[in-house]
Amino acid sequence: MSARDLHGPGAPWGPEAPGAKANADFGVVGKAHRKIDGLAKATGAAVYTDDLQLPGMLHAKTLRSPHAHARVKRVDFTKALALPGVHAAIGGDSMPIKYGVIPWTPDENALAVDKVRFIGDPVAAVAALDEDTANAALKLIEVEYEVLHAYFDPREALARTAPAIHESKKGGNVSKSVQLDFGDVDSALSQAAVVVEDDYTFHGTTHAPIEPHCAVATYSADGLLTLWSATQITHYVHRALSRVLELPPHKIRVIQPCLGGAFGGKSDPFSLEFCVSKLAMLTGRPVKMLWTREEVFYAHRGRHPMQMHYRSGATADGKLLGVDAKILIDGGSYSSFGLVTTYYSGQLLTGPYHFPSYRFDSTRVFTNKPPCGPKRGHGSVQPRFAFEIQLDQLAEKLGLDPLEIRRRNFQGDFTRTVNGQRITSNGFLQCLDEVERASDWRARKGKLPFGRGLGVAGSMYISGTNYPVYPNEMPQAGVQLKVDRSGLVTVFTGGNDIGQGSNSLCAYIVAEELGLKLDQVRVVAADTDLCPVDLGAYSSRVTFMVGNATIDACRKLREQLVAAVAAKWECAAGRVRFIDGLVVDLEDVSRSMSTMEAFQLAETKFDTLGATGSYNTPTLGGDYRGGTIGASPAYSFTAHVVECEVDVETGRITVERVWIAHDCGRAINPMIVAGQMEGSAYMGLAEAVLEDHDINRFGLHKGPSLLDYRIPTSLDTPEFHALIVESLDPEGPYGAKEAGEGPLHPSLPALSNAVYDAVGIRLKHLPFTPAKVLAALREQRAAAKQESTGALARGAR
Amino acid sequence: MARLQLRINADLVDADAPDHWTLLEVLRYRLGLTGSKQGCDKGDCGACTVLVDGKPWLACLTLAASVQGRAITTIEGLLPAHRRAGGEGADPVQEAFDRCGALQCGFCQPGMMLSARALLNRCPQPTREQIRDALSGNLCRCTGYTQIFEAVESCVAEAVGAKPDLRSWEAQLAERRGKPVTP
Ligand code: FES
Ligand code: FES
Repeated sequence: MSARDLHGPGAPWGPEAPGAKANADFGVVGKAHRKIDGLAKATGAAVYTDDLQLPGMLHAKTLRSPHAHARVKRVDFTKALALPGVHAAIGGDSMPIKYGVIPWTPDENALAVDKVRFIGDPVAAVAALDEDTANAALKLIEVEYEVLHAYFDPREALARTAPAIHESKKGGNVSKSVQLDFGDVDSALSQAAVVVEDDYTFHGTTHAPIEPHCAVATYSADGLLTLWSATQITHYVHRALSRVLELPPHKIRVIQPCLGGAFGGKSDPFSLEFCVSKLAMLTGRPVKMLWTREEVFYAHRGRHPMQMHYRSGATADGKLLGVDAKILIDGGSYSSFGLVTTYYSGQLLTGPYHFPSYRFDSTRVFTNKPPCGPKRGHGSVQPRFAFEIQLDQLAEKLGLDPLEIRRRNFQGDFTRTVNGQRITSNGFLQCLDEVERASDWRARKGKLPFGRGLGVAGSMYISGTNYPVYPNEMPQAGVQLKVDRSGLVTVFTGGNDIGQGSNSLCAYIVAEELGLKLDQVRVVAADTDLCPVDLGAYSSRVTFMVGNATIDACRKLREQLVAAVAAKWECAAGRVRFIDGLVVDLEDVSRSMSTMEAFQLAETKFDTLGATGSYNTPTLGGDYRGGTIGASPAYSFTAHVVECEVDVETGRITVERVWIAHDCGRAINPMIVAGQMEGSAYMGLAEAVLEDHDINRFGLHKGPSLLDYRIPTSLDTPEFHALIVESLDPEGPYGAKEAGEGPLHPSLPALSNAVYDAVGIRLKHLPFTPAKVLAALREQRAAAKQESTGALARGAR
Repeated sequence: MARLQLRINADLVDADAPDHWTLLEVLRYRLGLTGSKQGCDKGDCGACTVLVDGKPWLACLTLAASVQGRAITTIEGLLPAHRRAGGEGADPVQEAFDRCGALQCGFCQPGMMLSARALLNRCPQPTREQIRDALSGNLCRCTGYTQIFEAVESCVAEAVGAKPDLRSWEAQLAERRGKPVTP
């Protein structure tokens, strides 16, 4: 039996087990608690990567390409190495093995080997006594380039094959192309009462976590490499280091310190992690590299720009008949997660609405821009933007309320999508009800004064995926518990807490399962030497998978603890209950002991205590090539209503209020869930009206600073109302699903739909700048004028 | 290289640092006071905010030598100051941020909390608008600010012995479950 078989629908925490419990039965779960590391963060005691200072530590810097596309002919370190205080300098030939987070598409080098592919591509690195010396040394490195034609327009990159950005790839500049067909879209659309066909554009946006990337490495005399890195994928970094540095994995330890935000921007192995490691190996000293804010913008891996064409049709009563999508994805210069992005751009659209037929044709091309990758809502925020506007267009043609058309197409729970994905719990209808009620939709939609409007949109997202980045049948998440005579339980988890609170989640679950007080649990996380593997914080998988693994470990341990106490009390095991730091006899309240005593009893009876737990998804997905990509053990659902004001004089859109209803299965800590919902909506709306990650015609980033790349301040942020919907998923931990990415999706289309309600213009091309709004208003006036002169002329005849 | 004398939190400290080093560099890389964070090093994000003579100040734009003799408060100074004044736990701002879920990744928060502390020192009962305004120099990428505003308001409510308003999710969940969701 493999790990997969243990964790399907029949798992011991399935429908009958705790997920089905009423909230009254929980001690910890379901309530707002502080995070276990909150006070450490509040007092400045929490240690982030750049807070590490090791004795004798050197500082490293990266030399980056000034050309968007060029061959590297020669790199000469002679002068740089002669500078006093410089300890080592390396170029691409020091680490010629390519890597990539997706093992099928390794196309990155830590430092450029033959070519540079965007302005900012790393070419060389130096380690010196201090940052100033390292910076001075960079200026002394001589590099000779042969400049090549650079591609900035994905259409040109698609049409023209030479020079290819990646010469090893077949098919010119195409990074990945996916065509999938489900049902007969063409005949479905030919029978539709209404068809809408339109183009939509998603620009580029980036994560901009407030903590820049940073890494520190040491290499011990006996050959152990230790890397501390601001990463959200410790395990994949571990694997990539082993591959590129040609070290056996057991001679590498990767640790993620406290992390200052990621949002997908720290889920690739990055150049600096290899560079500090190599430099530490060469110099025998600790080496740190901290990227500047500008470097973080160039490292990017942000949301892919997409040019999307959609055609959808519905019956006269608003039932969807078919959806046909063609998407061109601008991947930037490397693959990163691009293979998955290309699939996700089509695979994740098939809920919460029922599609009888669906087709998508997505192509990702390389261009000479900073590489794109996964950003919160990976691959599916863009198509969702297009489709939810198209749904409103359909509703308008049919004279239906936009909320109503969404209700009518609800796919239901415990069903299968047109592309073969299994849907379990589905609280989307309740999400619609919640936003409708809270926003007073019925009384206000379409009835607000000109310039003010309401818009709605819905979405779904995965709670983890059954596609581990490298194929294997081992668990996706592992957890280990150590039980101490002092009454403490330590949880060892590979899970990456990136600020979403996954370490706290482990503590809540252990406290719940073993009846402990929260301060009796400590969590050690994301250290490859100490913790069992978890695949990382991406695809919204941590709560679901690490949560289930933690429950699994606790249940095994609890059995031993209960048995030891029952033996001592000479009673049936069923009478022993662990609750709030105490063990009680349910039938004789005078009998109790502390959990510490219970731990000691169990240690006496069974030997040193401990337990492991794990989680893997059941076998999921459609039966076709790529059918497992986008297959998730559970899906979350969201609906937003956005209220906005449009200033017709300046073209400025102000988002005033947002109601966010999100089906997270169960809110294990509703305060954390609300924080994820608000943070998601905030990020989505900023992408719509403020942020634009773009380059100029030379390939230079338009504004690689937090001043020019306008992430919202406290003044720009609307009023958020988080409305939690709990559908209790049968396979989630206590019924929980994800909350960190799903609630971003509807923000952008709901705003576009609200603008339409406010002033009657359809914004389909992001970002919604004042210039675009004004242009659309002018067009609207011109059309109205033509109409009225036409009417006049007709009247005169 | 210069010898600096700085008044940081409760101490008068000496530090040797290159002449061009900012206050942020001296705090972090000479004195080990790494609670002040660097998000941009150019005055855009506010993560490096400290208090100089009680006012929020961007340490990344301040030459260390220029603030000798002035009273500098970093995040590390809040709890000890609160204890010296006879308080328990951490500074009420820190407690409120923790209690209200305002700390996600936490990287912006030392600066944010010091801005909030400065606001409450000069205006003990700010309105939501005043809070928004006072924190507008501190970028947070995680929270969408709502739980930060709520934390400051909770801090105010606690100081005057009032109960803060129920948050949207709190009211809605409590109604559905028929009981409060905050212990
Ligand atoms: S680090 Fe000082 S403002 Fe960003
Ligand atoms: S809590 Fe992460 S940036 Fe504010």
